[in-house]
Amino acid sequence: MLELSLRARRGSFHLEVVCSLASDWTVIFGPSGSGKSTLLRLLAGLDRNSRGDTATGKISLDGRILTETTRGVWCKPGHRRTSLVTQRSSLFPHLSVEANVAYSLANLERAIRTARVDEMLELVDASNLGKRRPQDLSGGQAQRVALARALAPGPRLLLLDEPFSALDGVASDALIGRLQTWARANGVQTVLATHDATDAFSTGAEVALLREGRLIAQGPATEVLQDERERIALRLMTP
Amino acid sequence: MDWQALALTLKLASVTTAILLAIAVPLAALLVLGRSRWLAALEALAALPLVLPPTVLGFFLLVMLGPRTSVGRGITALLGHPLAFSFDGLVVGSVIYSLPFAVQPLVAGFAAVQSNLVDAARLLGASSVRIVFSLLVPLARRSLVAAAVLSFLHTVGEFGVVLMLGGDIPGATRTLSIVLYNQVENFDYAAANRTAAILLGLSLTALAAIYLTGQMRGGKRA
Repeated sequence: MLELSLRARRGSFHLEVVCSLASDWTVIFGPSGSGKSTLLRLLAGLDRNSRGDTATGKISLDGRILTETTRGVWCKPGHRRTSLVTQRSSLFPHLSVEANVAYSLANLERAIRTARVDEMLELVDASNLGKRRPQDLSGGQAQRVALARALAPGPRLLLLDEPFSALDGVASDALIGRLQTWARANGVQTVLATHDATDAFSTGAEVALLREGRLIAQGPATEVLQDERERIALRLMTP
Repeated sequence: MDWQALALTLKLASVTTAILLAIAVPLAALLVLGRSRWLAALEALAALPLVLPPTVLGFFLLVMLGPRTSVGRGITALLGHPLAFSFDGLVVGSVIYSLPFAVQPLVAGFAAVQSNLVDAARLLGASSVRIVFSLLVPLARRSLVAAAVLSFLHTVGEFGVVLMLGGDIPGATRTLSIVLYNQVENFDYAAANRTAAILLGLSLTALAAIYLTGQMRGGKRA
């Protein structure tokens, strides 16, 4: 259970979200600029107050408080058991794919680390890419590897910020399917931010609808995204 | 040719460069990754030797390291001799004087590393030290080389601080710059030409090596 009560200002943009996300797979749906990325970065603990930008509120995951600004609690990004995969590739360019995936596993024994890396690369269908450098990967391959790297440390919360944008529809659906199965089996709660309604319908997730920094609806995709559903159907039927 | 002065100059530059890199890497990382409001003051302090006349810096150090201050007396008690007019004193002065030449290329190099890579490392549980040595230093290695070469060359050509703090003691504080000054003062222009040519050759060779390395790698210059 992810509970959050957040207020943030980024320049002229204001975000205010209060909700509880109980589903193991939640889609944050909203147009570009609605605050999805800001929200995920706050959940990951990446954005703290800086000049001109402020963030206050509380975030807890399964009862464990990750952020509570009134009490000065702020759990570091690497200590939240939270992973974030974004649309923009963030693979370390000077390391091989294997070394990228193993980055968070430095404390493990070599054999265990290798097995974990192999498992993660297999999950994202990238077993044949281990020796390559990030610059030798296509956009879709880089996103698969970034996902493998994010899963390797065993997060409790997985945040996905439109991470499959470089994959075609079939490949994306297949990868999401495998990821959902793995996440459920490993007790990983997933929050996927997207502006593509088909992602929400195809995963059968609970949907939180975000508009201009405000959460305006929350529930099953078929209810929350009724308008989007009709728009997609109309577009498909129009010759 | 004063080979003793050449050897001393190269020794001073090597020791200074090694110490400077050990100081400048964490300092530059702090300036780039840190969040404190005092970092601007720290950055200004680290850049101060760029604009401070070397003789002024040398004078301050001479006074501070001398027997009239508690710092100077403490160091004398610790080492058994004062730092002023010694090789160790020159190293202290050189490190301070060349600090911006090590810090500024590293700050530029570290700042050029994309913030999403640093965020990714943080999310993967990397400590600040690990972020510096597994991410910033390898990705900014050209800046590291530039910092090392600039620090070395700046120390080789140092004059004001050396003269104020070290004087002119053969084998201890007489560097090539001091030798050149002495040669000109004695109207020995032939010897001064040779000394100046060595200093010029050292500087040009090292800078050419940096730029050639940059061209061969085809990347941006640090």
